[in-house]
Amino acid sequence: MNLIEQLPITQNLLYIIAGVYVLLCLATIIVSLMRRGQTQEKHLELWLRVKSWWYMITIFTFAICINRTLSVIFLGLISYLALKEYLSMIPTRRADRRVLFWAYIAIPIQYYWVYSGWYGMFIIFIPVWVFLFLPFRMVLKGETDGFLKAIGTLNWGLMMTVFSLSHAAYLIVLPETASEHHTPVFDKSGAALLFLLVLLTQFNDVAQYVWGRLIGGPKIIPKVSPGKTWAGFLGGMVSTALLSMLLSLVISPMSLHMAALAGIIISFTGFIGDVTISAVKRDLKVKDTGSTIPGHGGLLDRVDSLTYTAPIFFHFLRYFYY
Amino acid sequence: MIIANHNSHLDTLVILSLFPLSLLPRVRPVAAADYFLRNPLLAWFATKIIGIIPIQRTSKGGNPLHQAFEALRNDEVLIIYPEGSRGDPEELTKFKKGISLISKKFPDVPITPLFLHGLGKALPKGDAVFVPFFCDIFVGDAQFWDGEKDRFMQKLEAQITDLSKQGHFPEWI
Repeated sequence: MNLIEQLPITQNLLYIIAGVYVLLCLATIIVSLMRRGQTQEKHLELWLRVKSWWYMITIFTFAICINRTLSVIFLGLISYLALKEYLSMIPTRRADRRVLFWAYIAIPIQYYWVYSGWYGMFIIFIPVWVFLFLPFRMVLKGETDGFLKAIGTLNWGLMMTVFSLSHAAYLIVLPETASEHHTPVFDKSGAALLFLLVLLTQFNDVAQYVWGRLIGGPKIIPKVSPGKTWAGFLGGMVSTALLSMLLSLVISPMSLHMAALAGIIISFTGFIGDVTISAVKRDLKVKDTGSTIPGHGGLLDRVDSLTYTAPIFFHFLRYFYY
Repeated sequence: MIIANHNSHLDTLVILSLFPLSLLPRVRPVAAADYFLRNPLLAWFATKIIGIIPIQRTSKGGNPLHQAFEALRNDEVLIIYPEGSRGDPEELTKFKKGISLISKKFPDVPITPLFLHGLGKALPKGDAVFVPFFCDIFVGDAQFWDGEKDRFMQKLEAQITDLSKQGHFPEWI
């Protein structure tokens, strides 16, 4: 018991993490059974995906269980890799190398505001300071050909990969219990909120995929994302709302109704995040945003839904509870 | 022997990182003496840490490739950038013929062509600020000396150009 008290997480969250590992074991067994007696290639991508889930869930568990500093650094690193993937994927200008350098510098600063729990700075730093500074830096270089496109694509990338994703990190410091002399004290329930967001978002991705494959039927926006069906969307929404109701009572301040609403919001906005990144990939004529995670594609392919769910879930919670 | 396109100082470090640690002392990048030996600190780093084989780019008598031949005789791996210079970032230039002189003398040594993408964006010639980008390396089939210099050079150039077409790279102007 003493050991658990030293961790930056609540005991209830530990039970939920254990539950996630049980689910993961089940998924591994099911996919192994599907592959048994088949050739190596059969369901290979599915197998790679499950294997990658083991790595991702273990790394994430460590990142939130050791201490709060590590959690924030970890999420900052995710933002960095996502931005790097984005900037490597889109057309950029040679003249803007230094501008991109400053865009990267914004990441540690933004995550420092998160770490210190300085909400006012956290919420304006990227949309005000960075978005005003980068065009200025770009103008100093004097290259006007393609200026609008360059600054537009850079700002949008920062918005998705840094500003949006840093909301997930801010959940850790959201439940502030007391503030004395500008040194806020954070309680342990913040890590649980972060875990809830990530779990519901990723669960919704999987649930939409599974329901879509099981039922099929009419597609929602075939031009952007041919795999997305109405059945998958609605099935995912119901599943995520149910899971949200189950978990939120244990690790969040939400009531049953609000938890269901949170599940629906995460499911809906997760879908938007997913198809938004899909639209970018279609535009750039690439299949995946990278090849960092075997079976999943790039990192941005994995956190696409999170770019929408993180800020919206955050503001939902903050408005009603904190 | 490894040949690759050259756009950045990072090229050598990245290629070295592909080798197992135990092999590293035997991997020798061939590099310009006038550039890397221009001051004692850089010279120490280049020869003692990286283990370059310095080449005199301007003739001062004697065979400038002498040390490269010696290294191949000792079973070492050479990294050669046939473009001769980093040049403009992310652009291929015409290969210098030194590689054919080496290959003619050592026809049994396989030449593995690499195409590196993105390093010229991360740290191009003439810039000191490193900007992160994901980079790709494409490895081609090994080649051997085929007896005729011009045809051989054309084959190597064509192969690296083909490798560069395997990737899907965003525009960078």
